[in-house]
Amino acid sequence: MPGPAATYDLGKLHGGLRLPAHKSESTSLPIQSAPVPEQLILPIDQHAGEPAQPVVSIGERVLKGQLLAEPAAMLGAPVHASSSGTVVAVEPWPVASRHGDVAPCIVIECDGEDRAGEPKERATPYTELPATAVLQQILRGGIVGLGGAVYPTAQKLMHAASCELDYLVLNGAECEPYISCDDMLMRERAEAIVSGARILLHALALDTGYIAVESDKPDALRALAAAMSDAGDERLVLKQIPTIYPSGGEDQLVQLVTGREVPTGGLPTDAGCLVQNVGTAAAIHDWLQDGEPLISRITTITGDGIATPMNVRARIGTPVADIARFAGGYTGSAKHLVIGGPMTGRSVSTDRVPLVKATNCILVLSEVPAGGPELPCIRCGDCAAVCPVQLQPQQLAWYARVDNEGELRRHGLTDCIECGCCDLVCPSHIPLTHEFRVAKARIRELEDEKARAERARRRYEARNERLQREQREREEELARQKERARKAGPDAIAEIMKRSQRDED
Amino acid sequence: MDFERREAPYLAPAANVSGVMQQVLLALVPAALAHVWFFGPGLIFNLLVAAAACAGGEALMMRLRGRPPMRALSDYSALVTAALLAFALPSLTPWWVTATAALFAIIVAKHLYGGLGFNIFNPAMAGYVVVLVAFPMHLNLWVAPRMGDIDYQFLTTLQTLQYTLTGVLPDALGYDQISRATPLDAMKSGLNDMRTPSEIRSLPIMGDFGGVGWEWIGNFIAIGGFWLMIRKVVRWHIPLGVGAGLLVPAGIMWLLSPGTEPSPGFHMFSGAALLCAFFIATDPVSAAASPKGRLIYGAGIGFLIYAIRTWGADVDGVAYAVLLMNMAVPVIDRITRPRIVGHGKETKAS
Repeated sequence: MPGPAATYDLGKLHGGLRLPAHKSESTSLPIQSAPVPEQLILPIDQHAGEPAQPVVSIGERVLKGQLLAEPAAMLGAPVHASSSGTVVAVEPWPVASRHGDVAPCIVIECDGEDRAGEPKERATPYTELPATAVLQQILRGGIVGLGGAVYPTAQKLMHAASCELDYLVLNGAECEPYISCDDMLMRERAEAIVSGARILLHALALDTGYIAVESDKPDALRALAAAMSDAGDERLVLKQIPTIYPSGGEDQLVQLVTGREVPTGGLPTDAGCLVQNVGTAAAIHDWLQDGEPLISRITTITGDGIATPMNVRARIGTPVADIARFAGGYTGSAKHLVIGGPMTGRSVSTDRVPLVKATNCILVLSEVPAGGPELPCIRCGDCAAVCPVQLQPQQLAWYARVDNEGELRRHGLTDCIECGCCDLVCPSHIPLTHEFRVAKARIRELEDEKARAERARRRYEARNERLQREQREREEELARQKERARKAGPDAIAEIMKRSQRDED
Repeated sequence: MDFERREAPYLAPAANVSGVMQQVLLALVPAALAHVWFFGPGLIFNLLVAAAACAGGEALMMRLRGRPPMRALSDYSALVTAALLAFALPSLTPWWVTATAALFAIIVAKHLYGGLGFNIFNPAMAGYVVVLVAFPMHLNLWVAPRMGDIDYQFLTTLQTLQYTLTGVLPDALGYDQISRATPLDAMKSGLNDMRTPSEIRSLPIMGDFGGVGWEWIGNFIAIGGFWLMIRKVVRWHIPLGVGAGLLVPAGIMWLLSPGTEPSPGFHMFSGAALLCAFFIATDPVSAAASPKGRLIYGAGIGFLIYAIRTWGADVDGVAYAVLLMNMAVPVIDRITRPRIVGHGKETKAS
């Protein structure tokens, strides 16, 4: 069996942190399959962008894999039923989402039979389809980026297809502590990832695809190397990257793998790279090769508040409470529930929230270590030393407090990737990332305000101009009429007067 | 089941301010012991007076500003200021001189500028300069070290305490009997008298590089400083900058004219140069922000120390050098902002 590929010409990342991994807890068992829950809760805005529009009505019976909600225009991603049952409600439900704590959800009462619709005809293999047709198919699969950003994959690909690309980069870094779902996927389904990578290379007509994995996942590296040699596709290159948080950030990964920097305000495509999570690649394979839309995902359920930490393949929409029960239930000390990893995840107040396409981790903790009260910044510079984007968080925090928009921009507030490294090393326990998030929202607000003011100004000017023009035209018309009347002589004037009198009557 | 919500991140923070300050204090312990060994217990009395004044000043100012005094006291930053002052002042210093320096440091240099994190000037150096100007004769009395000088008169602990409390020497003793010129003093006046550095260095108060006792204290300060660097409490940029800023001009001048210039080693191990490089200039609050900025900031301090020692009226220039560079920090920060990843080189110094 070939060993992992060499780690040559790796780029360098500024800063970053070596964090306690906490991954072995959840990787001792193979991926477990969670049963069909009693109820499925399917938010219609599981992706970045516009929410999908429900196409089923309450009381309707649905089959596994059936379309439930359709993306508005080409924006967004469809939602499919992840098991068979009856639609009982479309209502707001608690969720863990960056859009808020509640989202409209399609609620399905499962019948437990898990009946699938007619299997789709797989007439043409993707290699014989033109690239655009492959992208169209990916759109219908409801596939979104499974790394956590849940950007609709088809849209990302269509944008990428319009850019000059050099590399596909598959993200298997999984740099955040506790999370191991990509690791387990790479170990157990490396061939699906490799197949998905080849579909992507085909769809984008690319010659090079990197699969990047952190060095602390030797089993995953071995499995991928084996699957790649089985596939015998020379376009694919396995890259072992250093284990450092946040190596798995899109821009950071591009920097590590290709040495290129994603320009400020830009996307990896501006650096000639398309980045996709390994889970997304496997989902593309599952859809295009096996006809299964994105109705389940692997998630890591772990932390000292969970009896048996593990990786679970669960249906999208399964309540977190059901998954926790499947993993042996909570320990007595469970106190905090975090959806996502310990650096960027969201703490929620109830386990009624469903597993969504973005949920790579369910973290149950007995305590969130408090750093004590917030103290003034002593400008130690540790935050700047660990910032992967080489910002100066200590200066940003200062300008955020005095609301100095100009300096915030000059110091690169909008380049902040919100990785949380600065928070963790700050000896004064200042919630830097939180303050930056607020400041970013403020700047967006100011921008909106400016844009609105600009629009209003333009409307006002346009109206003024129109009024002046009309006035001018009226005067010109009057002058023309006078001129005509003068030329025509007194008879004509009498005639016109008579006519206008008649008009008035 | 319901859960308690928190803000990300959910991992334990790596450090805290009081931990940082405690490590700085710990790193000074070996040097303090050496200081007591060579110059008697005066440092301890200075430290006690300075600590009491700093803590009292801090508590008073926090109360006046309507904030809980314990919050400021528990970060240990006032104690660091006190410790730096104790090292900076002669081991025989009357209590009111030390207290004046400490109170000025905390009340004016620190709290009137907004407290921890907002002070522009290094508090300890600001306090030191005030007493240097206000009580010049008290800052001239440096006792002789334990070794080297055959007729040194070592004060007892009680006599030292008595002097600290009253500012008056025991009856039988005169200033000339117990005090000695510091190595920097001897060098400066010797050079003024047209003697060569090697002649001056043959005086009994001189050791291998600096003065007897002083160079050992310097060694321990450097050891404490390197320990802080290993612990990443202090990063290497400022110490390196100060060292280079002092040693490069000193080295060049010494090579050009060894008959009239003291060696770089003498510069490094004399006065407060090492203390400055590792403990004073490294106060992050009043230092530059970026690594490159800190190199420049340190180098500026090092060069100013050299310039004041060589061409200035004062014997050692650490306090002035630090305060002058404190003033330059906003400009340094402006011109040394690191290039943000993803920004072209042209946006570097906008």
